[in-house]
Amino acid sequence: MTKTYDIDIDCANCAQKVEEAVNKMDEVNSATVNFMTLKMTVDFDDSVSEKDIIKKIKKTGRKIDSDFSVE
Amino acid sequence: MKKKQKVLLARIAASIIMLIILRFTATAEIIPNRYIRFLLYLVPYMTIGYDILWKAVRGIFHGQVFDENFLMCVATIGAFALAVYKNESFTEAVAVLVFDQIGEFFESYAVGKSRKNISELMDIRPDYANVETDGRLIKTDPSKVGIGSIIAVKPGEKIPIDGVVESGSSSLDTSALTGESVPRSVKTGDEVISGCINETGLLKIRTTKAFGESTASKILDLVENSSSKKAKSEKFITKFSRVYTPAVCLSALVLGILPPVINLIAGNAANWGDWVYRALTFLVISCPCALVISIPLSFFAGIGGASRQGILVKGANYLEQLSNTKYVAFDKTGTMTKGVFKVNKIKSSIGEEKLEMYAAAAESFSTHPIAKAVRDDYIKKYGGSFKPQVADVVEIGGHGVSAKVDNVKVDVGNEKLMNGLGIKCEHADDYGTVVHVAVDGKYSGYIIISDEIKENAPLAVEKLKKIGVKKTVMLTGDRKKTADYVAEKTGVDAVYSELLPADKVEKVEELMKNKGGREIFAFAGDGINDAPVLSRADIGIAMGAMGSDAAIEAADVVLMDDDPVKIPKAIAISKKCLKIVYENIYFAIGIKLICLVLSAFGIGNMWLAIFADTGVMILAVLNAMRCLKVKNL
Repeated sequence: MTKTYDIDIDCANCAQKVEEAVNKMDEVNSATVNFMTLKMTVDFDDSVSEKDIIKKIKKTGRKIDSDFSVE
Repeated sequence: MKKKQKVLLARIAASIIMLIILRFTATAEIIPNRYIRFLLYLVPYMTIGYDILWKAVRGIFHGQVFDENFLMCVATIGAFALAVYKNESFTEAVAVLVFDQIGEFFESYAVGKSRKNISELMDIRPDYANVETDGRLIKTDPSKVGIGSIIAVKPGEKIPIDGVVESGSSSLDTSALTGESVPRSVKTGDEVISGCINETGLLKIRTTKAFGESTASKILDLVENSSSKKAKSEKFITKFSRVYTPAVCLSALVLGILPPVINLIAGNAANWGDWVYRALTFLVISCPCALVISIPLSFFAGIGGASRQGILVKGANYLEQLSNTKYVAFDKTGTMTKGVFKVNKIKSSIGEEKLEMYAAAAESFSTHPIAKAVRDDYIKKYGGSFKPQVADVVEIGGHGVSAKVDNVKVDVGNEKLMNGLGIKCEHADDYGTVVHVAVDGKYSGYIIISDEIKENAPLAVEKLKKIGVKKTVMLTGDRKKTADYVAEKTGVDAVYSELLPADKVEKVEELMKNKGGREIFAFAGDGINDAPVLSRADIGIAMGAMGSDAAIEAADVVLMDDDPVKIPKAIAISKKCLKIVYENIYFAIGIKLICLVLSAFGIGNMWLAIFADTGVMILAVLNAMRCLKVKNL
């Protein structure tokens, strides 16, 4: 399933790091973070619920930038 | 300004004021104890840096060693320690953090501003639709309007959903979609697309698509997703930044330890303070943010600016490649020519009106575009009261039509038809399709039907040459004579005619074999029959895509209107963007390297490092924003 979410993130470098980190998550097939439009597109396994994946992405992102949010 | 930005601004102001006050009150003469002075300076330091410190602590726990907050903390705490050790001024240690935050503030402000600029430029997203229910208009979320609903669009409003005009007439401002400033007039029965602004009259529109499938939504999706297809230079910067920060940090470590140790071994004074200071300046320069932000921003701004001109580029990679376009192949019909057949010349021995009447009548049941052109032309010239008796119609594919019109036998067709009937026909040497007419078995004349060359086609070819395209080629399925004529009029370098759709792909492959490795081969077509060629070429450019989903799907670059001059314009936009991207890469890396070298030799100081960090970023962002201005290219 591919979904696009609005995100909030502080800097371009963090956006790049978050993109890398989310791509490494087991449930995620691929992810791109667009710092200009503040959007994240995630392709994740159908076996996980959207709610769980958002939670996990948020947790991963917060480790890199404490202001990170996704919805 | 967001709340976060306001708070940051207040903190910056407060810490600057405190710094100035301390500068005059907390001097070594007034307060001799350096530890008390240190505690006093800690107040502005914490005011400006508490969040950075907190993030740094969190970063350590999460294993983010090369986190910029962490590095900034190491640099400033180090500077504090040095100041205590050497009994020097504490101003610098606090100022570094203040400037870092000013840079941070400016970054978020500039990026927010450019986001707004770009989204304003792309302001085609409709907010509501006026749906007619029981004679009343109700403002509705356009995504909730079903296909086939009647919506009303008042003057000054945006058309929210694609549809057909049910009643009313008006002129539409399509400039947000095509960059074309001349309004387009529409009347009942015309198709309209979303994103246009209704200028004069009330329009009632029956929707033919859902909101998400409408042109405006599709374009916005396309532009917003375009930056996920990353350009080579973006990938380079990603790789570079991954290496850059650790490399600078490591050199800082070496710089802070190795020279003093060597000094000690050599029996000189170690000079720890000096070398550690130099190492700390390294840490300030270690953030690659200027590069990481300015390159994607340049591409995004370029794509935004281009879309305002009616040029949709489907990815940053395509915008990058376009600048290297050396070969351009065109399809003929619909790309170089208007794709509309018109009667151009009539030669008749029985009077023009009579000849055209016979031809139009005989062809009245044919769906061939040529037959339609003759009928339309006759009705336009001589009025609509055209009701001849037509019987015994025989249509021979690839030849023509024979029929009885008002009991007279009429044969209308090409030379093959006339030869088959044993009727000698005149040879017409004009450009276009020749339709011979024989009335009652006798040759009576011919009608020439041709497709008009677009006014801008020769200009487009000329501009392509000027911009550095080596060769322009035209490919067509049309007969040689017509193709050669169009080629000559437009000035293309080569023409290949009488090609079947499959031949076109083969021809493109053949042409692509002869190009250099980095040279780009672009193909421009109207996307109707040439989808395979569009995808085979390095870059496929689809023209006249207003509302055509197939063209938007197949191509890499989509021109909203069908003006061929947009092709050199797209290349020009790409060149400008790439120039800015490289300027930023060289400038940012260059300044950083120079500052690193200067600091290593002790010529630079923390102030210089601050410039290399935030100053460069601000300049790079401002430079990147120039990519938006592409109107006059």
